[in-house]
Amino acid sequence: MAQRVLMKGNEAIAEAAIRAGCRHYFGYPITPQTEIAAYMAKKMPKIGGVFLQAESEIASINMVYGAAATGCRVMTSSSSPGISLKTEGLSYIAGSDIPAFVVNVQRGGPGLGGIQPSQSDYFQATKGGGHGDYRMIVLAPASVQEMASLTIKGFNLADKYLMTAMILADGTIGQMMEPISFEDAEIEHYEKPWALTGTEGKRPHNVVNSLYLQPDKLEIKNFERYERYKIVEENEPMWEEYMMEDAEYCVVAFGIASRVAKNAVVAARAEGIKVGLIRPITLWPFPTKALRKAADQVKSFISVELNMGQMIEDIRLATECRKPVTLCNRAGGMIPSPDQVLQSIRDAAKGE
Amino acid sequence: MKTTQILLAGFGGQGVLFAGKFLAYKGLVQDMQVSWLPSYGPEMRGGTANCNVILSDTPVGSPIITTPDVLIAMNLPSLQKFMDTVAPGGTIILDSTLIQARVERTDVKVCYVPATQMAKDAGFATLANMILTGKALKESACADFAGNRETLETFIPAKKANLIDANCQALQMGYDFEG
Repeated sequence: MAQRVLMKGNEAIAEAAIRAGCRHYFGYPITPQTEIAAYMAKKMPKIGGVFLQAESEIASINMVYGAAATGCRVMTSSSSPGISLKTEGLSYIAGSDIPAFVVNVQRGGPGLGGIQPSQSDYFQATKGGGHGDYRMIVLAPASVQEMASLTIKGFNLADKYLMTAMILADGTIGQMMEPISFEDAEIEHYEKPWALTGTEGKRPHNVVNSLYLQPDKLEIKNFERYERYKIVEENEPMWEEYMMEDAEYCVVAFGIASRVAKNAVVAARAEGIKVGLIRPITLWPFPTKALRKAADQVKSFISVELNMGQMIEDIRLATECRKPVTLCNRAGGMIPSPDQVLQSIRDAAKGE
Repeated sequence: MKTTQILLAGFGGQGVLFAGKFLAYKGLVQDMQVSWLPSYGPEMRGGTANCNVILSDTPVGSPIITTPDVLIAMNLPSLQKFMDTVAPGGTIILDSTLIQARVERTDVKVCYVPATQMAKDAGFATLANMILTGKALKESACADFAGNRETLETFIPAKKANLIDANCQALQMGYDFEG
């Protein structure tokens, strides 16, 4: 077991990215994720990497696009309004089928919103955000340790499936400190014959591009891409189940909401209510099979979210509306208390 | 099974985040499960700052504290904001140099520590936070008091190592304070 150190969630992402082989960071400061950039600014020059504060979010995502086209591991990070600015680039990266790693430490929205924690970019992350048919792998850490482990996982998945992997965290997990131990990062290596590395006159030029003016060719690209996405949906869903063995009610929550929900599940169990928790770790691909299986077992679901109810739609889709799903939420930077979640569980148990 | 939820609150600059960090590192060094969550909102930019520290021998669930076992209050607004949230049977430790008010509650223990005055008299005016933290360690027994120097050395950078003595002294003063 490696030594335990205390670290902020944001710093854990930065350190893990470096351990995953990322040597190129492009960003623009925004609360509550600025520690990522600060950490990179301090570390990258010492290890021969690049830290570059761009003139804007749009510039930084296009720097990611360019650097990723050379096949190296590259990342950017931001918070909600900044991610909105980056979505054009995310669409281009998806259309070019190259790997990238992006972090969104969410804050309350819409618009400039506030700087307190939120999960209101769920739709943006899992359903697109940018234009066109595309997906991103969306990872939702619930601890500082997972901020690190899912970062390493994200870089690997991005390379494996030639797509963007996004960490969808929130201000709480970004700002809090917890003990963390860095095991040796398992870095997977994938051949990148598509990378723009210079031909040295020995091979035809590679082209990284998202422009296909002939609709039949563009259609083929889209179908090919979705074949790949199907494999991701088959192989990569991750989730955690807690006290689900005999559960009659199922709380579904990710990230910081799942931490609060866990307290409430323990409290409800103490009152004799058979309730469990499913925590999606990948939001896309959504753990559909786990939810579908739970739908055969439980009487109802409770979706706990820091937004106006976004993941609740995926729960209903995954379970094909076979069981009722209620929402327990706060928005705008507020976080539900364990008591609020407990009350929602009690209401569900009463059939309300 | 023991879990202690500690809420530290005061003005920005009084060192509530640092004191919270010290408690978190104390838990880390003693192989406990810990979480440290700072306020990072506009209030810390010239207003009140607070931080949530949880020390436990089991994994920490929510890092957000709604009913603290221990409240360390370093100014009146913080005391007023949080004193009613303290768990029955819990402890409120306040800096009585800066807070003249008395706490009406009878279901919690209240320690009035003139920490700012004590710190000034001892020649380290900025360490009222650590005096209060020493008292919190005494009252809550959330972690072993021994090993403060070792804990401070794990997170105070070498170039500031000269401050460790004073921090240890301030912690001891709080720990020894009767009242």
